[in-house]
Amino acid sequence: MKFVQNIFDQTRPLVEKDGKRNILYPLHNAIETMAFVPDHTAHSGAHVRDAIDLKRTMITVIFAMVPALLFGMWNIGRLHYGAFGEESTLLDNVIYGSFKMLPLIIVTYAAGLGVEIYFSWKRNHPVNEGFLVSGLLIPMIMPVDIPLWMVAVSTIFAVLIGKEVFGGTGMNLLNPALTARAFAFFAYPTWMSGDKVWINTTSSEGAALVDGYSGATALGDLATTVGQGLGNPATETVIAQFGPEGTYSLMNAFLGLIPGSIGETSAALILLGGLFLIFKGVGSWRIMLSFFIGGFVMAAIFNAFAVNEFMGLNPLHQLMLGGFMFGMVFMATDPVSASQTATGKLIYGFLAGFFGIMIRVFNPAYPEGIMLSILFMNVMAPLIDHYVVEANVKRRTKRLANA
Amino acid sequence: MSTEVKTKESLFSKKNQQLLKDPFDDNNPITVQVLGICSALAITVKLEPAIVMSLSVMFVLAAGNVIISLIRNLIPNRIRIIVQLVVVASLVILVDQFLKAFAYDVSKQLSVFVGLIITNCIIMGRFEAFALGNGPWKAFLDGIGNSIGYGVILIAVAFVRELLGSGQLMGAQIIPLSWYINPDTGTGFYANNGFFLFPPMALIVVGMIIWAQRAKNTKLIEEN
Repeated sequence: MKFVQNIFDQTRPLVEKDGKRNILYPLHNAIETMAFVPDHTAHSGAHVRDAIDLKRTMITVIFAMVPALLFGMWNIGRLHYGAFGEESTLLDNVIYGSFKMLPLIIVTYAAGLGVEIYFSWKRNHPVNEGFLVSGLLIPMIMPVDIPLWMVAVSTIFAVLIGKEVFGGTGMNLLNPALTARAFAFFAYPTWMSGDKVWINTTSSEGAALVDGYSGATALGDLATTVGQGLGNPATETVIAQFGPEGTYSLMNAFLGLIPGSIGETSAALILLGGLFLIFKGVGSWRIMLSFFIGGFVMAAIFNAFAVNEFMGLNPLHQLMLGGFMFGMVFMATDPVSASQTATGKLIYGFLAGFFGIMIRVFNPAYPEGIMLSILFMNVMAPLIDHYVVEANVKRRTKRLANA
Repeated sequence: MSTEVKTKESLFSKKNQQLLKDPFDDNNPITVQVLGICSALAITVKLEPAIVMSLSVMFVLAAGNVIISLIRNLIPNRIRIIVQLVVVASLVILVDQFLKAFAYDVSKQLSVFVGLIITNCIIMGRFEAFALGNGPWKAFLDGIGNSIGYGVILIAVAFVRELLGSGQLMGAQIIPLSWYINPDTGTGFYANNGFFLFPPMALIVVGMIIWAQRAKNTKLIEEN
């Protein structure tokens, strides 16, 4: 450890203000504070000190994402070998998955950190940790077969337009990871939706796909039933997939044994990460809970009026599909773009879940309604906070007048 | 008689040149005054309609400015907006009929947006702010200057959007077709960015232009 410390100490004069290589200061600072606890102290006034700083917060979120990430890698391999009807072991799946996943992660970090470092160098700021989480979230919400440059372009757009124009980490209006996904979704729809992208079907041996292979996601399949009416025989085969024996059964959807964006499929492991975040006090339980309730209420309303099979789906099942769980735990809880007040968080979460299911069911062209609803609520969050604070002020003024 | 000798101002005096130059950068109708945004978002998907639109606005604005300036002393103040509307509407109908006769395809692409030139804030703004108080020659220069400022932004946005959104310029393929990803043969690496075909991206492109302009021209940055 001493040896590493020495390297930083020796190179520091070079990168400090009048050093020769002061351009590299943000980079030096970033790596140093990553390796060691910063020894910065406050110089004046009273300060409440807590062991938890931005880096600690971010790394906690990363830990929470790891189970879903590992599962996603395994699932890539499983689906790939499954599509060709080949036998594969757990290790085969993970190895294949990591060969697909690691380039995505590396490209995202390189593109995003490149923009971040450029801006911190321009603005003479230290590099912020904000991108650590976004950089891992972005590959997890992409389909496995998306070309790498599209991920890079989306990431650059998200960091630039979603974050840096507003002033960098902590100032962003929108969740950068979702901005990247929304950009990719509208810019390259062929690679972000449909039934070709969710399972990697490139094979070096030229093997043939198994009979009855379908690369669609559960929501994609469901969307085809819209407009057919309830109980229409044409939709029977699709709906059978959602039965207890089908591919998209409630159990499979909960465990994550379905196609989808890389990290979003396993509701169980995402919930595990969510519990970890709540336990650590990093993620807001108010947002997660109200998000879940919001989605459940909307799904239950649809279920009550079920005019097509999509609406007729069991509410709980509905919530296990697509990006709902991932959005609830990792996207809506982003501390910067969410509401800040306690009541505001409840309203924000509820509406995000509510609208998410609404968009998904009403417009089958947007199976990822969750993404759009969270972005929409990100924009509304300051408004919610404003009225929550106003209401509080009003109540207390009244109390004062009556006292 | 006053002893002052009134010198005749030359046609392209410093002041008159300023009328032409100012709206290009310091007082650009789109990026500084943020007027005419609606058409900048709607008809910039392709370069051709954007150019035609710029020329139409140039004609309407320059001719309208001159007409308003000529009759400025005859217009009763209380009904001046109506008079201005009559002038701009007649000119727009002229443009519309002209386009329908000689450039039918573009006219179809522009659809209602030719008619909507009537409500383009830049035009009413220049009538009100300039033509009502200045002579015809100056009003003409002001009209040309402002429509150039408008057209430059429109064409720049359309250039970016057509190139990245469709891979074309003026309808001609710029990005080689062999670059495109072909799912059947598995070749190629490029794909058009469909987001550029949507109006929100036009807004972002205009925003980027404003960003770049302010980075260069620091006197545009407001103090706060």
